[in-house]
Amino acid sequence: MANDVKEIADAALLARLKEKAAWVRRETLKIHGIAPETRIASSLSAVEVLATLYYGGWLRFDPRQPQWEGRDRFIASKGHGCIALYPILADLGFIGREELATVCKPGSRLGGIPDMQIPGIETTNGSLGHGLGVACGIAVGLRQKRSDARVYVVCGDGELCEGSIWEAVMFAGQQGLSNLTLIVDYNGISMLDYCRNIINLEPLDRKLREFQWDAITVDGHDLGAVHRALADGRQSRTGRPQAIVARTVKGKGVPSLESDVLCHVKTLNAQQVAEAVGRLS
Amino acid sequence: MSQAQSMTMRDAFFDRLLVAMRQHENIFIVTDDFGAPALDKIRSEFGDRFINVGIAEQSAVNVATGLAIEGFTTYAFGIAGFMSMRCYEQIRTNLSMAAQVRPLNVNIVGVGAGLSYDLSGPSHHCLEDITLMRLLPHLEVFSPSDWALAARVAERSLHSHRPKYFRLDSKPVTNLYQDGAPADLEDGFCELAQGGDTCVVATGFMTQVAHRALAQSAGRAGLVDVFAFRPLNEERLFRALEKYRRVVTVEEGFLNRGGLDAMIVGLLARHDARIAVRAMGVNDHYLFEVGNRAHLHQLCGIDERGILQAIATPAARSGNP
Repeated sequence: MANDVKEIADAALLARLKEKAAWVRRETLKIHGIAPETRIASSLSAVEVLATLYYGGWLRFDPRQPQWEGRDRFIASKGHGCIALYPILADLGFIGREELATVCKPGSRLGGIPDMQIPGIETTNGSLGHGLGVACGIAVGLRQKRSDARVYVVCGDGELCEGSIWEAVMFAGQQGLSNLTLIVDYNGISMLDYCRNIINLEPLDRKLREFQWDAITVDGHDLGAVHRALADGRQSRTGRPQAIVARTVKGKGVPSLESDVLCHVKTLNAQQVAEAVGRLS
Repeated sequence: MSQAQSMTMRDAFFDRLLVAMRQHENIFIVTDDFGAPALDKIRSEFGDRFINVGIAEQSAVNVATGLAIEGFTTYAFGIAGFMSMRCYEQIRTNLSMAAQVRPLNVNIVGVGAGLSYDLSGPSHHCLEDITLMRLLPHLEVFSPSDWALAARVAERSLHSHRPKYFRLDSKPVTNLYQDGAPADLEDGFCELAQGGDTCVVATGFMTQVAHRALAQSAGRAGLVDVFAFRPLNEERLFRALEKYRRVVTVEEGFLNRGGLDAMIVGLLARHDARIAVRAMGVNDHYLFEVGNRAHLHQLCGIDERGILQAIATPAARSGNP
């Protein structure tokens, strides 16, 4: 069953999104508590983007038929940072809620990076730079089938240093893949340093527009802004692929992570997780 | 086209796909701006299913993968050395790994196997692809020795929903299989000749060279053409080889680096076979020497003369100096 698509971010919806995003953030932290191998800082920056996609009515899906032909395709290209998907998939019924306690445990299907053996996950992720190119092929395929399904991809900004990303950016613009939406989790930090000190991507939205994309920059933690950007993308008639540069904070919600440029590889211990969850509650 | 005429494997392969594309709407060709006369026909007739991603092999494989996820049969086409190595990690993650979970009919078609781009130098020589591709689980690997076989594996590709790699020669070749053999492509090999106490095992264009050499050997050796590394009926291959005292492997690939020679050595070892193996190929360095293919073969000792010598005189190994 497809969920209804709402085109206007009304107050009730925003309140629901806020509640869901807060819950997802807490659950993501709890998962990190039992699976410290997970990349918590990278996962926390994408929470509002993922919550809006799944609970804002933008992704069409059927948890009972994860491969339902009419579904929108979602590619979690920044695999390390998508642990926040697990509570969402459990909440929506793709996987069992009890599975959240098994992340990274022997025998679990939920590893440190989501892969395609998990219902609701389209591709094997973790090797950065692949998702957008594969999404391009999916978008061409959907267009050929005259499907109205869309493809959404979440990439990290550090991931944009991969050359294959720009091969895909050029291809999507050239092909006019208007059924493709790229969301960049633009948290400004790669692994070792701020992105601007490694490869400065600024001005990213302008660069993407030069490659024949529609592109806007929004506050990636502002649920209403993300919601409106997704609405604009779906309503666009320019015939171009859409990019949303979502400015986010790596480690959002945990001050000790937010202030640390090396937060990508930082691990919280059980007490820190409990304190963070308590603060967010 | 008469079986006796020469033709490129590439054109035979795509001519078969052109016929298939007229019958089935689910076939896409993705090229990295690399062409072929047969491809021109496809491009003009099926422009909506012919995608040129530009000189971007990673993109070619990714786009072909995405299309296959949507149920299309796709062919990503380019130069063998680049299609096998520039985008190796895309093939590993998006094809080999993914094929363990779901069917995917993505076909990587590389032209320029071995030393077929002789004069273009080491950047265009492709001496590593057999090793690299046979390493990846679930990936089928084809190395046809003539154009009729190239057309047959193209036909088979339509029905096998697994990722595949095809290493095709760039030069026109004549047909070895005049009678329509091999009977079963799933065997992965075919016994072209029997005789003597030595069997030459070759793949791709080297089967042609070995075939010419053996025509001068008065039945002193057998010849096995390994045209696929997966699927490969290893049991039957061993049965074909166990009647010999010695096997000579010949390939346009690095020696002792996991290619044809390693496959045969491993097969014989698993059967505790007392069969001596002499590997012929390219020693552990690239070929910067300028010369046509015959010259390069001579440098490496894998020309007809070298093969005949190997049959006649047992030695430790043969390779370029």
